[in-house]
Amino acid sequence: MEKKIRVLIAKPGLDGHDKGAKIIALALRDAGMEVIYSGLHQTLEQIIHTATQEAVDIIGLSIMSGAHLPICEKLIAMMKEAGISDINLVVGGVIPFQDIPGLKEMGVAAVFPGGTSFEEIVQGMKDLFTK
Amino acid sequence: MIKLIEEDDPKAFDLLKSLYSHSGKAFIIGITGSPGVGKSTIIDKLIAEFRKSGFSVAVIAVDPTSPFSGGAILGDRLRMQGHATDEKVFIRSMASRGRAGGVSRAAKDAVIVLDAMGYEIIIIETVGAGQSEFEVSNIAHSTGIVSIPGTCDGIQAVKAGILETGDIFIVNKSDNDGADVTVHQLTMITDLGNGTKWKPKVLKTIAHDGTGMEELVAAFLSHWKFMETNNLLEAKKREQETNYFTSLLKDLTLKKLLLFMENSLEYQEVLLKLKSHEINPLDAAEQMVKKINLP
Amino acid sequence: MGVAKYIKDERGGIKEVTYQSGIKVKPSYGPQDLEDRGFTYEKDLGAPGEFPFTRSLHPQSYRSRAWTTRQYTGFGTPEETNERFKLMIANGQNGLNVAFDLPTQMGYDSDHPLAEGEVGRVGMAIDSLKDFETAFAGIPLDRIGSGLTINAVATIMMAMYQATAEKFGYSKDQISTTPQNDILKEMIGRGAWIFPVEHGVRLVGDSIEYAVKELPKSNPVSICGYHIRESGATPAQEIAYAFEIARAYIDNVVKRGIAPEDFVGRFSFNFNVYGNMWEQIAKFRAARKLWAKMLKNEYGVTDKKKLFLRGLFGGGGSGLTKEQPENNIMRGAYYALGAALSGAQTTALCSFDEAYTIPTPRSALLSLRTLELLMDEVGLRDTVDPLAGSYFVETLTLEMEEKILEEMKEVEKLGGMVNCISSGLIQRKVSRQAYEFEKGLQSGEYKKVGMSSPETDKISGNAANNESSKTNVELHEYNEEWARKSKANLKELRATRDTKEVEQNLAALEKAAKTSDNVMPHLVKCCHAYATVGEMAGVFRKTFGEWNEPDFY
Repeated sequence: MEKKIRVLIAKPGLDGHDKGAKIIALALRDAGMEVIYSGLHQTLEQIIHTATQEAVDIIGLSIMSGAHLPICEKLIAMMKEAGISDINLVVGGVIPFQDIPGLKEMGVAAVFPGGTSFEEIVQGMKDLFTK
Repeated sequence: MIKLIEEDDPKAFDLLKSLYSHSGKAFIIGITGSPGVGKSTIIDKLIAEFRKSGFSVAVIAVDPTSPFSGGAILGDRLRMQGHATDEKVFIRSMASRGRAGGVSRAAKDAVIVLDAMGYEIIIIETVGAGQSEFEVSNIAHSTGIVSIPGTCDGIQAVKAGILETGDIFIVNKSDNDGADVTVHQLTMITDLGNGTKWKPKVLKTIAHDGTGMEELVAAFLSHWKFMETNNLLEAKKREQETNYFTSLLKDLTLKKLLLFMENSLEYQEVLLKLKSHEINPLDAAEQMVKKINLP
Repeated sequence: MGVAKYIKDERGGIKEVTYQSGIKVKPSYGPQDLEDRGFTYEKDLGAPGEFPFTRSLHPQSYRSRAWTTRQYTGFGTPEETNERFKLMIANGQNGLNVAFDLPTQMGYDSDHPLAEGEVGRVGMAIDSLKDFETAFAGIPLDRIGSGLTINAVATIMMAMYQATAEKFGYSKDQISTTPQNDILKEMIGRGAWIFPVEHGVRLVGDSIEYAVKELPKSNPVSICGYHIRESGATPAQEIAYAFEIARAYIDNVVKRGIAPEDFVGRFSFNFNVYGNMWEQIAKFRAARKLWAKMLKNEYGVTDKKKLFLRGLFGGGGSGLTKEQPENNIMRGAYYALGAALSGAQTTALCSFDEAYTIPTPRSALLSLRTLELLMDEVGLRDTVDPLAGSYFVETLTLEMEEKILEEMKEVEKLGGMVNCISSGLIQRKVSRQAYEFEKGLQSGEYKKVGMSSPETDKISGNAANNESSKTNVELHEYNEEWARKSKANLKELRATRDTKEVEQNLAALEKAAKTSDNVMPHLVKCCHAYATVGEMAGVFRKTFGEWNEPDFY
């Protein structure tokens, strides 16, 4: 059987802008991945819970609120505690370029700031498994 | 673990073997019906009701894989957000991955795992595609078929022969016009009898506000009790086990066959001949079958 | 987004033009086009200020008054907001527009776990009446009206506004508040929803009923096609869905025995201006006509003034690009031109840098000047509805009317807006369209000037080397101090208020929520007792539950 990449597209926090997340979900589906969409207003606990149960390969956070640094820091710590650090964490949304190195240093596997093409995102995700 | 099953990882098979003896305790409910009838919402409410009674619940939600891209969006979870952090609830989304009928052996395997893990109620949600009802009935102990008023799902159910597999017929969105007509149709049809002792129930629900959900849970529980008291549950489990064996046999044999074909020179030859029209598919197949040795 | 689809021939000539709404455009139009459609001035246009108001709501339009422009305020603490309010009023502004932070919008207090990182960031943090008292201290609430950008907890904010006014000695019939209060659009395109659909609509109904009876100067609902368009709806759908949303609210209130005539006149709308200019102009003219017809023919409204499609035509955020941001200055100007040619009563314009940063004072000023230029220098005030009679614009307006009605019929066939949103049908459609458009943009099917596409990349080299694509984003600052202060205030509030009174009032609120009693009077009492936003919304959460959004694909 083929190996499918399973991705959780998650919207942490209270921000309600989900257009980007939904569009990416559709693009990933069209690229042959299995996408679980978390819905809005997710707590980090819920995201961990979902990622664990669904045994996803990638957690994709869509953050438009500017709080990506504290969110990722927290989530990575929680992932470690939950024993799911092997899941790749990627982030998209409103991310200033200067924050990308910091995110990577924390352990974020890839960053896709708003405006990144579908092609780049799909390839970027696939590349995570060819290292 | 379920991941390994989905990927058909060889390790999965061995793990399943070791888990199998621990399974067989859970009560398995199948919920099927066309897209949009409210299956996920119903299941969300079912989970709540079962949890109230203290049961632990696992859900396998199957969504169709896109035949074009091979990908899928698995969104049934969205309707079950309320249980997101309940430790006694496990929700797993699975894509049909092209297997006919929308319910796969992988789902069955997953049920075994969840059963072994100790979940007392396991609910499988799948899209009714006419064929899948049969498949669900191979896994579930009790099957609920969901429809909405105004559609002819009841008549279709009879046409597709689904009738035998439905234990509880649920008419959701029953606040819409035509609900009573639909209930009437289904009641008439199920009254015709389907050969088993259990008389299928027809229930009205309005899932999004919880109407009818208590009765639905009661119906499932009473079916469970009915089967246990009449020794029907054991019989069903044996039957399903045999069917599982058959499907495992088919799968394993197919795997072996495919391996054989890949490695066989004769196969490549026949394929070339077929492509260049030297031989027709029927002769080609017959020829290959003769070559199969079962070591 | 919003760009028409152009099919060109080998020499760059345009073979086909299709607008987002689905309308195809011919190379030229003439009298025959209007004749074929049975166009008449009386039926389809009406004189300016006369039914069906296609040309204008008022006979003189800009000749008597230029359009009104609105600027948002409210961030951080109530104290800072109060200062900003006073400044704006001193500068001649006669209406306030208040933004709230996300925890407030979502019915959480500043000390709720989910509030972390969000307190005071995108707007004012309001936890209780005390905060409102601080924010509106010294503001003459009988002369200055306040627009509140609040939806899921609009009932709470309206009640709090009334309580504040009463605390300052005003009576409720003196004050004017305009909460956005459009929960259905939140569910389609903005995401700040809490309760399930029917309960959200019930709350809107409660607030309208209450406003009719108790808040005569207030406008309880501002229906936003704006956000629906931002999420991927076509211009025709923007209007159609807004009208169907209006219908859902109207029907809810009518069921309570209140005549449409008594409240529809106070509805206002919020529509978007980006995209193809002609499509927008036709959209607005058709919208005015259809709204008047709908109210007159379907709801029996006869008072002329109450048939007006009052609203703000503006924004345009989705049309702007991160790449080559200066282009957004021109885009803004053209979008504003479209709004002016449409006779927009009220307008606002996104700043050119809004795609990647909080507007700087300079860019905010540029937007203001853009709008001023149209009114005061380039001639948009000279005459009413200058495009009337144009073979193209009138034909397009008629076609747009058809398209809007088509989209409305589809929603009605599927059981109305509440049904469509509950089942996810609208969200699905809109997301799909957004996806298809984005795909088209990335493949070069749709063209946005200045953005890299396969075509331009061939000419100018790899997109990654394109300097302008590296425009960086800047964000709303977050000040820890705001959160600390709010949390401290909350602690003090809980310690000093009359707990028993709070509990009693919350219990009464719960009772009303459980039945069909209007929640508003109870909310006002709760506010006076210093119940917190989180507590009041908590009662609703308990009674109504939270919405599980449907799938969208």
